[in-house]
Amino acid sequence: MSALKAPPAAAWWSSVVRAREAGIVLALVALVAYTAVSNPRFLSGQSVRDILLGTSILAVLAVGQAVVVITRNIDLSVGSVLGLSAFTVGSVVQDNPGLPVVVALLAGVGIGVVCGTLNALLVRYGQVPALVVTLGTLYAFRGVTYLTAGGQQITADELPRAFLGFADASVLGVPWLVVIAVAVTVAVGVLLRNYRLGRELYAMGSSPEAAALVGIKVGRNTLVAFAISGAAAGLAGVLFAVRFGTIDAAAGTGYELNVVAAAVVGGVAVFGGSGTVWGAALGALLLTVIGSSLTVLDIDQFWQQAIVGALILLAIAIDRLVALRTARALRKGGPHVQ
Amino acid sequence: MSSDRLRRISWWDVAIIAITLVVLLVAAGAVDNFGSSRNFGFLVLDLLPIALIALPMTFVVITGEIDLSVASTLGLTSAVLGSLWNQGLPMETIVPLCVLLGAVLGAVNGLFVTVFKLPSLAVTIGTLALFRGLAFVVLGDSAVADFPAAFTSWVTGGVGGGPIPNALVLLVVLAAVAGLVLHATPVGRAVFATGANEQAARFSGIRVDKLKFWLFVSSGAVAGLAGVLWTLRYSSARADNGVGLELAVVAAVLLGGVSIFGGKGALPGVLAGVVLLATLQNALRLEDVTNESLNIVTGVLLIVSVLLPNLGRSLRATLRRRRLRAARHT
Repeated sequence: MSALKAPPAAAWWSSVVRAREAGIVLALVALVAYTAVSNPRFLSGQSVRDILLGTSILAVLAVGQAVVVITRNIDLSVGSVLGLSAFTVGSVVQDNPGLPVVVALLAGVGIGVVCGTLNALLVRYGQVPALVVTLGTLYAFRGVTYLTAGGQQITADELPRAFLGFADASVLGVPWLVVIAVAVTVAVGVLLRNYRLGRELYAMGSSPEAAALVGIKVGRNTLVAFAISGAAAGLAGVLFAVRFGTIDAAAGTGYELNVVAAAVVGGVAVFGGSGTVWGAALGALLLTVIGSSLTVLDIDQFWQQAIVGALILLAIAIDRLVALRTARALRKGGPHVQ
Repeated sequence: MSSDRLRRISWWDVAIIAITLVVLLVAAGAVDNFGSSRNFGFLVLDLLPIALIALPMTFVVITGEIDLSVASTLGLTSAVLGSLWNQGLPMETIVPLCVLLGAVLGAVNGLFVTVFKLPSLAVTIGTLALFRGLAFVVLGDSAVADFPAAFTSWVTGGVGGGPIPNALVLLVVLAAVAGLVLHATPVGRAVFATGANEQAARFSGIRVDKLKFWLFVSSGAVAGLAGVLWTLRYSSARADNGVGLELAVVAAVLLGGVSIFGGKGALPGVLAGVVLLATLQNALRLEDVTNESLNIVTGVLLIVSVLLPNLGRSLRATLRRRRLRAARHT
């Protein structure tokens, strides 16, 4: 299903993928159009800006999650890594007001990489399934955050203005948060699509046994995948701190659900081997837009979670149908697919 | 092969039960008030929902599936209970309706898994969000609290006003039924067979889909019952009741020696896992460790419970290889 190189012969495959993402784009356009018609303020600068800022944090997380899920693993600890990174970096910045934002961002990434590496080591060398490991570290990282926080809260007026100002700063009118999210998505997307390592991740997800047999360094690649997911979560933690300014030890609790939802709605199959980070990022955008649409359309905010749940079920059902159709087409196809 | 497997199961079971007993004894000796009958009552009520939901979860995980939606089912039944009570229905009608609702929600999971052949992990992450969302749609962020004392005091009270909590009796009865079904009936053997090798189970005439469907239904029904008990215990119906409880249940089940890959596990171990987690939390809380820091204990225990048997197995394998090599040299 996923060759090590992406050959032009696999055009049918990329067309399936494109169709999958086209579905999300279509849903997005329809939703935005409907909401904008019933309330034109939905497309005002401030509203669009809020949506983009909200999306950027979720998208960074979803991109990292997509990488792990593509290898037929899962990372449920992302919400806790976000919390740990947000609080740690927040208190460091609080104590060192002169710290450049770049250093803060890198510190977040560093914390995330350490957490992700720990996950990967347990998955690879402990032979513990990723679901169990990351469920465990979801608890453990959160506990560490609570221990270090000890009931404290970092509020916006305790953080240096330069740090908080980063949320409003922009290049050519595009907020930095959005630029970072797009850069992460593009970088990881290119890595997955055009580099050997990326293709190997797909191969591992399609068939872990076969991947090991053809000599793919499964251990190293698992490490890289979890490190990417951890780094994304750590980075998202700093973005969270910048955007909201108020951080307590509970920051990001329950985020893992939205992140997995964004990836799955974006067409990343839970059993690995297929999906793209573009899809995951689009999924994040769709979920965020749904949230704002509900507010604008004056629908009870309580519906949001139910809709997210229904969307997940819809997305996996559609993916299942597509996979069945593809399989049937392959069986009917010529000898080249044998 | 199978005797080897049996030995490993009982080894872990014995270990976890022994650890639980040691922790119970240490807590009783070293922690003030842990052994008081008042605290015992709290301990039982704390572990009740986790223990109840862990019973069907054990079956579900042994067949190689998982149900992450249980806590949301609990929340939705709690919300519906509150809403129906507000509309003036009698409690005697509401309680069975809520258990039935749980069963229906479980059937939704079962349908997606067995008819549409979707992975239960993804399906129940979806219904986790869906059911919790519906709970908020039903009750919003309000709470219903004026439940009749006859019902709330039954949940918190003891048998005949004595020191043995009613909840404990209910739990023991249900656990005994679940244990018998899992370890002494054809249904139980079908559960193990399905988890060990689903295709072989199908070929040997086990109706795997039917089995899984009813397991999800019972998982939902028990989660519904747990929702009723939760609501009555705190005398508060809220949409966010039991958020995150699914993680505690899964942690207890895995700690109890059930393999996440299916095919392996035993109910006594799971119950010991539930008691161990609840005891640790209760005792450490009495020692003024905050609830949230306890997360570290839960998380580490969860990982260690799977890591330790794995390390033991690879150690045995290494030793066997070394013995073989030594034998060849002599």
